[in-house]
Amino acid sequence: MTGSCVGAVVPLLASAGDGVSVAHYLVVGAILFTAGIVCMAVKRNALGVLMGIELVLNGANVNFVAFASPYLRGQGAASLGLDGQVIALFVILLAAAEAAVALAITLNFYNNHATVDVDRADDLKG
Amino acid sequence: MDIAAQLPLLLGLAWLVPLASFVAILFFGPRMGPHGRNAAWVATAAIVTSLVLSLLAAGTWLGAHPVQAAHHGGSHGSDHSAEAAGPVAYAGDWYTLYQGGGLRLSIGWYIDALTVAMFVVVTFIATCIHVYASGYMHDELHDVTDHEVHLSGGGHLHRPGRFPRFFQALSLFCFSMLGIVIAGNLAMVFVFWELVGICSWFLIGFYYERTSASTAANKAFIVNRVGDFGMLIGLMALWGALGTLQFADSKAAGPDGAQVVRPGLFGLVRPAEGGHALQVPDGMVKFAAADLVATTPAAEVAAKIDDWRSMGLGRWLLFIAGVGIFCGCVGKSAQFPLFVWLPDAMEGPTPVSALVHSATMVAAGVYLVGRFYPVLTPDVLLVIAYVGAITLFIAATIALVANDIKRVLAYSTVSQLGYMMLALGVGGWAAGLFHLVTHAFFKSLLFLCSGSVIHACHTNDMRKMGGLARVMPWTAGTMLVGCLAIIGAGVPFVIGLSGYYSKDAILAQALSFSRANPAHSILFLAVAGGAFLTAFYMFRLWFMTFAGEPRDHHVADHAHESPGVMVAPLVVLAVLAVAAGWTLPGGFGLPNLLEQARPAGTAEGMTGGFVFGNLTFPAEHESHEGAIHVTATLTAFATALAGVVLAALMYLVRIISPAVVATIFRPVYSFLAGRWYFDELYHALFVLPALGIAELASGTDRGVIDRIIEGLAWTARQLAGIDAWIDRTIVDGLVNATANATWHAGLELKKLQTGHLRQYVMFIVVGTVALFVLASLLFRTSMAG
Repeated sequence: MTGSCVGAVVPLLASAGDGVSVAHYLVVGAILFTAGIVCMAVKRNALGVLMGIELVLNGANVNFVAFASPYLRGQGAASLGLDGQVIALFVILLAAAEAAVALAITLNFYNNHATVDVDRADDLKG
Repeated sequence: MDIAAQLPLLLGLAWLVPLASFVAILFFGPRMGPHGRNAAWVATAAIVTSLVLSLLAAGTWLGAHPVQAAHHGGSHGSDHSAEAAGPVAYAGDWYTLYQGGGLRLSIGWYIDALTVAMFVVVTFIATCIHVYASGYMHDELHDVTDHEVHLSGGGHLHRPGRFPRFFQALSLFCFSMLGIVIAGNLAMVFVFWELVGICSWFLIGFYYERTSASTAANKAFIVNRVGDFGMLIGLMALWGALGTLQFADSKAAGPDGAQVVRPGLFGLVRPAEGGHALQVPDGMVKFAAADLVATTPAAEVAAKIDDWRSMGLGRWLLFIAGVGIFCGCVGKSAQFPLFVWLPDAMEGPTPVSALVHSATMVAAGVYLVGRFYPVLTPDVLLVIAYVGAITLFIAATIALVANDIKRVLAYSTVSQLGYMMLALGVGGWAAGLFHLVTHAFFKSLLFLCSGSVIHACHTNDMRKMGGLARVMPWTAGTMLVGCLAIIGAGVPFVIGLSGYYSKDAILAQALSFSRANPAHSILFLAVAGGAFLTAFYMFRLWFMTFAGEPRDHHVADHAHESPGVMVAPLVVLAVLAVAAGWTLPGGFGLPNLLEQARPAGTAEGMTGGFVFGNLTFPAEHESHEGAIHVTATLTAFATALAGVVLAALMYLVRIISPAVVATIFRPVYSFLAGRWYFDELYHALFVLPALGIAELASGTDRGVIDRIIEGLAWTARQLAGIDAWIDRTIVDGLVNATANATWHAGLELKKLQTGHLRQYVMFIVVGTVALFVLASLLFRTSMAG
């Protein structure tokens, strides 16, 4: 997986030349995203999982902002205008709301099971 | 008050009072004193009121129309003007039920001397019988054990008494009978005709738990329906052709408000402008000549009616109308061939036999023939005469060998009704109705006497009686009077009992008719022979019951004279049985009273006839004269005497043994004892075929219709079975298979839901990556491009 991602990014890096370009931000976003996914997949602590989610969302935000920046993409490049930044703001808003709900669930789960281990949260298993 | 308004008021009240009594007893009977004892008083008070009102009406009538001696012989000339005007009669309507087009139904009255006389007779006899019955029916005042009903358990029926019910039916009967008498049109007659029929059914079936009684009641009702069917045909013939059933002319407001005279039946058949001579009415001529009327210009129809009449058109219609009405009378008056119900009707209590089945209801047929007389053609009259002759002969012969005291009297009633019919049929209008009245008195007397005997002996079988005169002197004496009256005893040409006068009149008229029509002289022989047979069987009855030594000591020891309440009506009726036929000096008497009501145009006799050849009906007054009167009186006296002497020889002094006579004439005896096998004949001719048809119908029902329906049901069931199989196997199978597949898929998919959050994340990641790989593989070219 990582290989294919790298494979896709490398041409962007190559075409960017010297300065900092969109590709560099995309690499940072991909690292953040991957770290978030890994965090969600390996953490048994529910709070750790939430943190992984925040990482994933922020990885996506970096991408939005990068694609929307005229400085990064050059004057002639197609621009998204302000849309990217606005979507990033929405995502932050949604992340806050999601974190509030998820924390409430976690708190309740803790009240009932005296733990925040997500492997113990299998009451709804089929 | 004007007599024309007073008579309908008095007689109408007399008619309605028994209805009030019926309604009162119907609703409150069981609450009238202990066991409804006072119902007898209510009913008796009602009929006494009727009697008083009828007597007042009779007084009013006699005050306005004094009865005078009939004019015979030379004084005919002065009579003609009165004859031309027709009899004095008052007619009108109380209430019109329906009027539309030519159609009119009403409740009305037709009052003449006959009506008044019948009212007095009916209410008087009914009063006697109400008093008698209040004694006779006392058994019904407490619980009754009916020894003639054998229950399946071996015991006898035990039931509550039905005292009020008896008087309730009696009151309804009086109302209905008076309704027939007062009726102003044939439709009203028919209604009350059926009402007396249903009363008769109630009363014959009074002991309805007895099979014999309920069967007899049904038999009477059904046999009467046969006659009534003929009557309906007669009514339809009259109504269809003439458009009216009113007896008399009536005035009604026409369309323009002016008074219009609507001619009644009598006026149509015997129009005053033709001197009241019988003719086929215009309506019937037009009805029969419908084809000719259709082809004739409307303006010429009226002129041609006389031509068509002379061609004989419509006379069959008039004949059918007359015979049809007579059919109803045949049923009600128990004439041949429908007389079989009357002897069985003796299953009812004896007062009923006296009132309904001898004195009044069965006389209604004779009354209707008398009332309807102006419309009857010579041919119809001959039919009536022959039916009467056959009836009187058959019934008299059966009465010779009957051993049940009430059956002897029943057959005697049939025979006497035959006399009346014959008298009317040979032109003796007054003679027939005179005999109706006198017969009502002496026959009700005879029945009440027999009731007294039965009350004392608890059996109807004369072979167990004998010598009762010693213990029951009053009953024996009054019954002797009745027997003498019915055989027409009297000193010839001087004085006699009531039957002497009425029977002589019939004999004389029959003789007069036979002389005028030699072909039909057998009618006179029937009357004379009947007189002999009557005398024989009546005195056979009296001798067997009252004379000689007791045959059964068990019966004789228990016999006792009946209580005063039962004997008093006997004495009253006996007095009338003696005196009813007398004509006082000055001409006051029943025959002359009836003469006032003689239908217009019948006083001078009548000739005509097209079915049975030309017939001559001699005027009735001719039979009171000279040779005919002497011959008739002597014949009557001789035959009656011969009958009494023969009866005395066989049953009193016993020179001739009845048993030996029966042995010598065994075939005849068993034929008569078998009642001419009429019941068996009707059973074979009508009852068995009816049962056969019923059997066939029920066989068809069970064998064919039921089979078809069962087959249909079976097919439907089979189809439903197939349908159910398809439903259960295929439809349900498909649904179940789908459900099962879903279920199992669910079970399999359930395993993915491990409940491990981290696994889910892995699924998402792997799935997303897989989608990306897939997308990049698929769109490689486009991306590269």
